Amino acid sequence: MKVSSMAIRSLDAFARMSIGRALSSGIGMVAGGFLILLVLVAVFAPLIAPFDYADQNLMNANAAPGWPHVLGTDEFGRDVLSRVIYGARTSLSVSATAIAISMAAGMTLGAAAGYFGGFFERAVMTVVDLTWSFPDILIALIFVAIIGPGLTSTTFAIAIAYLAQFTRLTRAQIVRLKRETFIEATINLGAKPSHILLKHLMPNAMAPVIVVGMLAIGDGIVLEATLGFFGLGAQPPTPSWGAMMSSGTAQLFLSPWVIIFPGVAVAITVIAVNLFGDELIRSLDIRDRLRGA
Amino acid sequence: MILRYTFQRLLMLIPVSFSISVVIFMIVYLLPGDPIDNLLRVGSSAEDRAELVARYGLDRSLVVQYFVWIGNMFQGEFGQAIVLRRPVADLIAQNLPYSLTLGGLAFLFSSTVGMALGTVSAIVRHPVLDRFMRGFILLGSTVPGFWLALLLILLFSVNLGWFPVSGAGGWQSLVLPVLTIGFGGVALVARVTRVALLDAQREDFVTLLHAKGLSSGTILFRHLMPHALLPVVTILALRIGWILGGAVTVEFVFGRPGLGSLLIRALGQRDYPVVQACLLMLALAVMLGTLIGDVAQASMDPRIREKKS
Repeated sequence: MKVSSMAIRSLDAFARMSIGRALSSGIGMVAGGFLILLVLVAVFAPLIAPFDYADQNLMNANAAPGWPHVLGTDEFGRDVLSRVIYGARTSLSVSATAIAISMAAGMTLGAAAGYFGGFFERAVMTVVDLTWSFPDILIALIFVAIIGPGLTSTTFAIAIAYLAQFTRLTRAQIVRLKRETFIEATINLGAKPSHILLKHLMPNAMAPVIVVGMLAIGDGIVLEATLGFFGLGAQPPTPSWGAMMSSGTAQLFLSPWVIIFPGVAVAITVIAVNLFGDELIRSLDIRDRLRGA
Repeated sequence: MILRYTFQRLLMLIPVSFSISVVIFMIVYLLPGDPIDNLLRVGSSAEDRAELVARYGLDRSLVVQYFVWIGNMFQGEFGQAIVLRRPVADLIAQNLPYSLTLGGLAFLFSSTVGMALGTVSAIVRHPVLDRFMRGFILLGSTVPGFWLALLLILLFSVNLGWFPVSGAGGWQSLVLPVLTIGFGGVALVARVTRVALLDAQREDFVTLLHAKGLSSGTILFRHLMPHALLPVVTILALRIGWILGGAVTVEFVFGRPGLGSLLIRALGQRDYPVVQACLLMLALAVMLGTLIGDVAQASMDPRIREKKS
């Protein structure tokens, strides 16, 4: 059997087992259900949003929540609800892409460091420990300083900010697994390093990394919103939860709903991600493995 | 012993700060835009440009430029802000005290209130209180800082009028920023304190102390607290960097002067000498914070000193 299909099969089993079990608890069901709903809203935003996110109507600027603008309008008369709905697209896609990049890079680095050891491991871990002690916003700002504001730099800034986390975690898993008897046996049977790494080590090391990745999507959403709020993320008229709040601060007295609702969206989403992640950790019984890194 | 450990940790900072300073220095060279373009008036000649390039030393090799730059940094010569047209050192000196006050107070707030809350919830152990604490911790670690800041402004400044909306007037202007940064810290410290105290209570020596007939108060403050302090100090040391990161956001929202708001403004204006100096100061602060935390931990637990030296 090919290595890749092995990995996918065990991933598949992982997904079926753990997500199913996490969904079966009360909190997990509510949080998971909300997240599924949110993804659907983001995907079908054009069908769900009552107005276009960029439609301006200066005659109806800063309108209080009511009908037809359920969550009110902003300083250009744009519908807040529609912008929150489209904002879900920006937030989710930026954060998920960033975390996917971060996970892929972190797993590769961590696995290589843990497996090969030596100078390579020390070099990687020195850099990783260096960024580990820095707050994510500072790392992201350094990165934005280099490639300038925008969604692309936001994506990479988030990816870099959480790279250390995935590298450390993967390395810890690999180092722990390397001592197991079945790996020693495989090595003694003369298996190639690539075979051991991809077929035996990675599938077993994956679960905690994926769960941490799930939780990191929540952190990524907050970071995206923060950069957007600073005016360094999504540029107008792209709707983003953070950028909406940023333009709303000028109208704080006049139309507080412009900052309240995107913030509620961020908060609820991140809480749901955390609750669901906790439920995953519990159902997979990997709390101890997460502590090691 | 502890001196030797401190010294070793200080030595370890040298390669770390070197790499960070290189990264921060390189920012200018990896940028798409050219800051000189901002300085040139429309219609300037190539000679004007060459003169400016020479004035900022941009015509020398990268390595030379790095060492000139880092040498200047060590002497407190941060250069001239390109957009603000003032010495960067002045800007830093003006803004740093505000950040230190805010960060220091937020640190004090989150450690004292967090430990008090954690202790109370470890002693009382009431299910309702537990649930409240769990919710509080979840909110504290998930709600974005700037949004919390905006909500606090809405409630306390706009609606109740208790505190000023922005600026850095008197102590009143510090209350909301400290609350905002401290919120996440309080939740975290409370949780760690609670777990540490509950773990410590299960130790055999506590049973012995009870058997000796000591009062619960004495056991808690004289014996349990010192025992439980270590994980709390660890988490507080890690928190220093996060408090600085939080300060960056919160300063910006409250329109307070400080390194963070200076940095974000300079990033928007592409004023790189200011960006570099701010990042360097913040990075230094994070490293020093981590160092203080490590030394505090090592002075409390000899095992850490032994392991690392």
